Amino acid sequence: MAETRKILPAPTPETQAFWDGMKAGELRLQRCLDPHCAHVYFPPRPFCPGCGSRQVEWFASSGRGTLYSYVINERPAPGFEAEAPYAIAVVQLDEGPRMMTNLVDVEQTPEALQLDMPLEVTFVEASSEVTLPKFRPAGGAR
Amino acid sequence: MKPGSIAIVGAAETTELGLIPDVSQIGLHADAALNALADCGLSPKDIDGVATAGESPTAIAHYLGITPTWVDGTAVGGCSFMLHVRHAAAAINEGLCTTVLITHGESGRSRVGAGGWNVARQSLQGQFEAPYGPMGPPSTFTIPVLRYMKEFGLTHEQLAMVAVVQREWAAKNPRATMKDPITVEDVLNSRMIAYPFRLLQCCLVTDGGGALIVTSADRARDFPTKPVYVIGTGESVETPMISQMEDFTTSKAFRVSGKKAFEEAGISHDDVDHLMIYDAFAHLPIYGLEDLGFVGRGEAGQFIWEGNTRPGGKLPLNTNGGGLSYMHSGMYGMYALQESVRQMRGIAPAQVPDAKISVCHGVGGMFGASGTIIMANERP
Repeated sequence: MAETRKILPAPTPETQAFWDGMKAGELRLQRCLDPHCAHVYFPPRPFCPGCGSRQVEWFASSGRGTLYSYVINERPAPGFEAEAPYAIAVVQLDEGPRMMTNLVDVEQTPEALQLDMPLEVTFVEASSEVTLPKFRPAGGAR
Repeated sequence: MKPGSIAIVGAAETTELGLIPDVSQIGLHADAALNALADCGLSPKDIDGVATAGESPTAIAHYLGITPTWVDGTAVGGCSFMLHVRHAAAAINEGLCTTVLITHGESGRSRVGAGGWNVARQSLQGQFEAPYGPMGPPSTFTIPVLRYMKEFGLTHEQLAMVAVVQREWAAKNPRATMKDPITVEDVLNSRMIAYPFRLLQCCLVTDGGGALIVTSADRARDFPTKPVYVIGTGESVETPMISQMEDFTTSKAFRVSGKKAFEEAGISHDDVDHLMIYDAFAHLPIYGLEDLGFVGRGEAGQFIWEGNTRPGGKLPLNTNGGGLSYMHSGMYGMYALQESVRQMRGIAPAQVPDAKISVCHGVGGMFGASGTIIMANERP
């Protein structure tokens, strides 16, 4: 692939399950197993940032969310030259957490990118090792 | 901190500001430090505390020939120097040292002896932000503002006005990098950097430095300069990842730091004569005015639009021209502190008449950290 100049994530033991999920076609989040807390969180860590409990589990999220905010970047990062200008977005996931991402299958313009528009995850292979979560306008009724 | 127990007795910037290709980064620290020492008639041997960011306090102490009994290497970005003042106040009051030198130097444009901007691929930013192509602060720090614009109806024109007003201040300052007047139209016609931010809504990238000398207020009268008293301090941090900021329309670190400083100083907003809010990008003064409590939520854009912060307005803001027009080496907080000191000494190029209390508020990282220092021209 011609994307080798891009910064690609290098998993740690604490995040490996997320990146394994990507390759399996799942956007995995974590939640606290304490019934009084039940916090759903991201990015990954082996304890709950809401209450400090180590009793947490991974689960496959719906992969659905809405567009929380973005910029349209005119100064490409290394490896992004052919894509500029491109949106760097933050998606509000239905389960609660937010994450940074790119938007695909949609024009990278203020007119096309309306805040709060429904989005769904799509899995984009960035290298033989790494698949990234990107988001596209959600198809069908929600 | 007991309000007024600590004073800033020395303050100076580097001899030159802007484009300084013949001085390395550590050299800028040293130039600013020597200027600040000369300002208050001290030599390096008189310093027993060193605080800095960008370089290690070990490097700065050794380079200047100082043997400190206290150091602080807190490095949380551009507001680190606000935190250094706060920590120095605590250290001096606790007797850990008597006379602290705080230095900043950054070869932001020329990159002589400066470090890189590498993101570790295994860090959380490396895994969960960098793969999506942010290219430094202009396309990262700016991400929250569209959410703010939607929530509160802030217009592109109002966001542009921030830069226009700061240029009005810069025009009064001979050392400002950009002094020519600009209009809202000029801002909105300048080159797009990362929608909705255009070139004139982004800070400068320049070379420079600054240094402060802090000691107990009881000693302040021994120095040749007019002492500036520290009466309130605050600090906090939120997140190293902009995508994980709790609310894109308000900074938790700003709110916590500002509240702490105002409570410590025991002042109200009406008491404030002069205000500095670190402006790496045009939305920062808007978030700052609201999160510090000077205006209500969603009101800051209109407040600036109406001219309240411009020369002659009721709340003079960023009177040196700010990071947008004065200078911005990368960690701008030191220059905001320098301007607050000048205003409290009564020697600023755009001096606010009869200014007695100055609030100096900094950001670190990209809404990652915050520090607030409140200064007064008289001991409370």
